[in-house]
Amino acid sequence: MKLEVNGETREVTGPTLAEALRELGWGEARVATALNGAFVAKGARAQTELKEGDRLEVLAPMQGG
Amino acid sequence: MRDFYGVTLETPLMLGTAQYPSPAVLEAAFCQSGASVATVSLRREGGQGQGFWKIIKGLDVHVLPNTAGCHSAREAITTARMARELFETNWIKLEVIGHADTLQPDPFGLLEATEALVADGFEVFPYTTEDQVLAGRLLEAGAKVLMPWGAPIGSGLGLNNRYGLKTLRAAFPDVPMVIDAGLGLPSHAADALEMGFDAVLLNTAVAQAGDPAAMARAFALAVQAGVLANTADPMAPRDMATPSTPVIGKAWL
Repeated sequence: MKLEVNGETREVTGPTLAEALRELGWGEARVATALNGAFVAKGARAQTELKEGDRLEVLAPMQGG
Repeated sequence: MRDFYGVTLETPLMLGTAQYPSPAVLEAAFCQSGASVATVSLRREGGQGQGFWKIIKGLDVHVLPNTAGCHSAREAITTARMARELFETNWIKLEVIGHADTLQPDPFGLLEATEALVADGFEVFPYTTEDQVLAGRLLEAGAKVLMPWGAPIGSGLGLNNRYGLKTLRAAFPDVPMVIDAGLGLPSHAADALEMGFDAVLLNTAVAQAGDPAAMARAFALAVQAGVLANTADPMAPRDMATPSTPVIGKAWL
C-alpha cells in the first residue's frame, strides 16, 4: 500500500505500523510516530493497522532551542 | 533556589543545542557553560537523529524537549506526547507560536495545551510573555514553572520589558521562572538573575557567537554573578545623587 511517510510517498506491505517501520529501516531506531496527526505510542505500533493513503510522521531527536 | 518540578538545578543556566557550527563546538560550549539543562526538539528522521541522541546523552544534563514550531494546541500536544516517549521525560517546554514574525506565544493555544498536558501527566514549562493575567491562568491550569520571554526568540535584544518582568516576578514570588528567549549578552542574563528570576534559557547568543565556547563561559560567569548579586540584596536605585564620601569633616578651603 502507498503511505505518505514524512511528506514522501512510500510503498510498504505492512499491515501494521511496527512492520512498516521495519520495512522503512527504522525497526530499531529511536523514533516517535504519529499516524494521521495522532501520536501512536511505541507499545501500540504492533496493533496499529495501516491503510492506503495514511499519513505517517516518524520523528527523531533533533537540535532545539 | 526554587526547584523545577522537584529538581534543583546545579546552575541557573539552560542551553539550547541548535545552530552550533559542529557537534564538537556544541560539546565544548556545554562544557564551558556549566549548563544544567539542554533543550532539544524532534523533527522528521533524516538519518541524523540517532547520532544526535548519543551526543545529548553524553552531555549528562537534564533534557528539556520543546514543541518549537507548533502553531496550534493540537499540534503542540501531539508533539509533546512524541517527545515524552523519545526523550523519556515528563518535562516539556511548551511553545505554541502565535505570530510568524515575532514568534510570540499564542496565549489561548498555550493555555489550552497546558491544561491538556498537565491532565496527561506532563510537567509543563510554558513559553509565555510577561502578561500577568496569562501567567495566573497558566498556574491555575497546573503549570508549576513559567518561562517568560526576554525578547523575541533569536533577537538578542535582552529584557525588552523590564517593568513587566519585574511586576511578574513580584506577583508570583514562589513560582520558579526562567527567562527564555531574546538574550544576546551575558549582561542580559546577569540582569535577569539580579531581578530574581531563577534561571535563563538561551541558545543563539552562544551558538552564533564567533567563539561559542568562550561565550558559553562568559554566560556561566554572568549567571553566577547575577545569583550572587540577587542574594546580596541590591540597593534601591534613586533619581538624585547622594554623596558616598562623608560630608562631615570636609575642610573649609
